Amino acid sequence: MSEVAEPVDQGFEPNPFGPHHDPIGSDPIGTDENPIDQPELIQLLTPEGERVQHPDYSIDLSAEELQALYRHLALVRRVDVEATALQRQGELGIWASLLGQEAAQIGAGRALQPDDMAFPTYREHGVAWCRGIDPLSIIGLFRGCDSGAWDPVETKFNLYTIVIGAQTLHAVGYAMGMQRDGGQGACLAFFGDGATSQGDVNEAFVFAAVFDAPVVFFCQNNQYAISEPIEKQTRIPLYRRSSGFGFPGIRVDGNDVLAVLAVTRRALEAARSGQGPTFIEAYTYRMGAHTTSDDPSRYRLASEMEAWKLKDPVERLKAYLVRSGQADADFFEAIGAEADELAARLRKGTLEMPDPDPVSMFDNTYAEITQELAEQRDTFVAYQAGFTEEASHA
Amino acid sequence: MSTSSVTLGKALNMGLRRAMEDDPKVLLMGEDIGKLGGVFRITDGLQKDFGEDRVIDTPLAESGILGTAVGLAMRGFRPVVEIQFDGFVYPAYDQIVCQVAKLHARSRGRLPMSIVIRIPFGGGIGAVEHHSESPEAYFAHTAGLKVVACSNPVDAYWMIQQAIAAPDPIVFFEPKRRYWEKAELDTEATPEPLFASRRVREGSDVTLLAYGPMVKTALQAASAAEEERISVEVLDLRSVSPLDMGPVLDSVRRTGRCVVVHEAPANLGLGAELSARITEACFYELEAPVLRVGGYDTPYPPSKLEEDYLPDLDRVLEAVDRSLAY
Repeated sequence: MSEVAEPVDQGFEPNPFGPHHDPIGSDPIGTDENPIDQPELIQLLTPEGERVQHPDYSIDLSAEELQALYRHLALVRRVDVEATALQRQGELGIWASLLGQEAAQIGAGRALQPDDMAFPTYREHGVAWCRGIDPLSIIGLFRGCDSGAWDPVETKFNLYTIVIGAQTLHAVGYAMGMQRDGGQGACLAFFGDGATSQGDVNEAFVFAAVFDAPVVFFCQNNQYAISEPIEKQTRIPLYRRSSGFGFPGIRVDGNDVLAVLAVTRRALEAARSGQGPTFIEAYTYRMGAHTTSDDPSRYRLASEMEAWKLKDPVERLKAYLVRSGQADADFFEAIGAEADELAARLRKGTLEMPDPDPVSMFDNTYAEITQELAEQRDTFVAYQAGFTEEASHA
Repeated sequence: MSTSSVTLGKALNMGLRRAMEDDPKVLLMGEDIGKLGGVFRITDGLQKDFGEDRVIDTPLAESGILGTAVGLAMRGFRPVVEIQFDGFVYPAYDQIVCQVAKLHARSRGRLPMSIVIRIPFGGGIGAVEHHSESPEAYFAHTAGLKVVACSNPVDAYWMIQQAIAAPDPIVFFEPKRRYWEKAELDTEATPEPLFASRRVREGSDVTLLAYGPMVKTALQAASAAEEERISVEVLDLRSVSPLDMGPVLDSVRRTGRCVVVHEAPANLGLGAELSARITEACFYELEAPVLRVGGYDTPYPPSKLEEDYLPDLDRVLEAVDRSLAY
C-alpha cells in the first residue's frame, strides 16, 4: 500500500471555497478515514435545528427571511404530497416525488439570480417553485397533457429532461453561449447521484473545465438511483470526482437549507465572475420512491428511512425558528392554512385541466409545418371527424 | 459575376465563410476544425479569421459536442457542428434524436434548435472501418430533423448557407469521395430552394433517383446507357427528408419506370421509402416495380472489397435493364 500523498495544490487559484475543502487523498467511502455514514459536509444548521458555525461559510438572514425559507419548504412539500395523492387517485399517470430533498432545492433555487439559467432533471419542483412556475404546469406534465407548460426562456428554467444527465451538457453549452454574448449570469445544472455515471455528465465536466464555463453542477446525492444505492455508482465520494476534471468539488448537507443556500450562492458568484465551474454534492435522501411506479420496500430498509427522518430538512428549520423565537404558533398555523389552500387549488386545477387537442400533435415538429406533414395532419383531422359522424348516426 | 472553378470542399469552405460573415451568431464546432482546419480542410482558415470563440476546437466527445450545441442553440446561437466521419456520429445519436430533434416540439416552439450537423459520408476512399458509412436513414426516420445531401460544388456552396439560415435542425451530409471534384461556381447566382429535388439529366425510358455521392455514378450510368439507346432521366434528390416528391412523380409518370441508387444498404434505406411513395402515387402509371440498388446488408467491408460492395455504374445499368425487361 502506498502512502497517502501530501495535499497538492489543485491549481484552483484563488480557491473560493477555503482550504478545508480541497479534495485530497483517495480514501474510498466506507473506510475508517471516510466512514460512509459520517461524510464530511458543510453544515450551518444541525438536524436538531441548532445554528452552527463553519470556517468558510456564513449566512446572515433576518427572521423574515428565515420565515420565508420555511414557507417555501413547507409549501413545496405540500405540493409534492398533494401530487402524490392525485397520482394514487388516478389523476396523474405518474409523479416523481422530491420528499426529503426540499432544502437542497429551495436552497439552490433561492441562490439563483434573474440572469441565471437553471437546468433541472424531472424532480426539481422545488427549484421550479423558486422560479415562479405554477405547480399546475408541472402537474400537467405528469398528467400527460404536455411536456411542460412553462416557458423556459421567460422563466429561466429549462423544461424537464427525462434522459438522465443530458441536461448537464445543455447547461454547459448555454454557459458557453453566455461567455460569448456578454451574459451576466451563470447556469445551474441539476442531476442526481446515478447521473454521475452517465457519459454525458462526464463529458459535461470535460467541456466545462476546458472552456472554463460559468456553470455550477448541483448534484443531489439522494443515495439511490431507483433501486441502486450510491455504492453502485462510485467508489469515492462524489464531490471528489470534479478534481479529476480540474475544478473544485464541495459537499454540503443537502437537508440544511442555510448551508445549501450559502454554498450555491458562492459557487454561482464564482461562475459569474469568471472563475469557472464548481461541483456541489448536496448530500440528502430520497424519502419517497423514485416515482409512484416504484416500490422502495423491495430494496431498502424502513430503519434507514427512520434514521433519515431525524434529519428532516423542513422540521429542522422549524425547530430552529421555534427555539430561537423567530416564529410563533400563529406563523406556523398561517403556513398550514396556506398549504391547505394551495393543495385545494392544485386539486381543483388538476381535475379541471383540459385534455390537449389531438391535432396539436402536429404543431411545432418544425418551425413551419412541412407540406407532407400538413397533408398527414389533414388526413388525421378527416379521419377523426369520421368518428363524430358515425357517433351522430348511432 | 464572381465565377471560379472550385472543389466541393472549397465550395463548402466558402459557404461557411459567407454564413459566418452574414450572422455573428453562427459558430463552428468540432474536432480539429480550428487550428487544423478540419481533417478534410473544409474549415481551413476560418479560425484565423473569425477567432477561437466562433471556430471551436472541441474535446474528443461527440455527445458532448452535440449536447453543448443544444445549449448554445437555446441561447440563440446557430451552431454548425462537424462530425469528423459518418461512423463517429453514433455517440451523439442520443443527443440528436432525443434532444435536437425534439426540443422545439417539447417547448411548443419556444426553444430554437437551429443546429446544422455536417457529416462527411459514404465510401470509396479506401478507409478503415467506420469511415465510409451512410447513416442518413437513421436521421430521416426521426421526426423533427431535416436531412439534406449535396452532390456537387455549386449545391454545396448554397445549401450549406441555406441550412445554416434555416430555423430547423438539419443533418447535412457531404459526399466525401467527391470533396475534390470541381465545378464552376458563380457566387452571385440565385440558388434554388434547399429542400428541392432537381432533374440533372433529361430522359424518357427510366427515372434514376440518387443523392450525394451516387449522383455522379447515376450520371455516368445514364451516359453509358445512352450508347445502348436507353434514355435515362436522372434526378438529384438533394433533400432526403423532407423528400421533394413533385419532380420525382412527374418524372415517373412520364417514364413509367424507376430505379433508386444509394450507398446505404437497400434494406430499409431511402429507396424503400421512395418505392412505397412512388408506388402509392403512380401505381397505374408504372410499367415495372420500383427497383433499388444499394449496399448489401452486411457491415461495410474492408476497403479492398468496397468496390464490390458499393453500387457502381454496372450495377445501376443492370437494374435499368431489369426494369426495362418488365
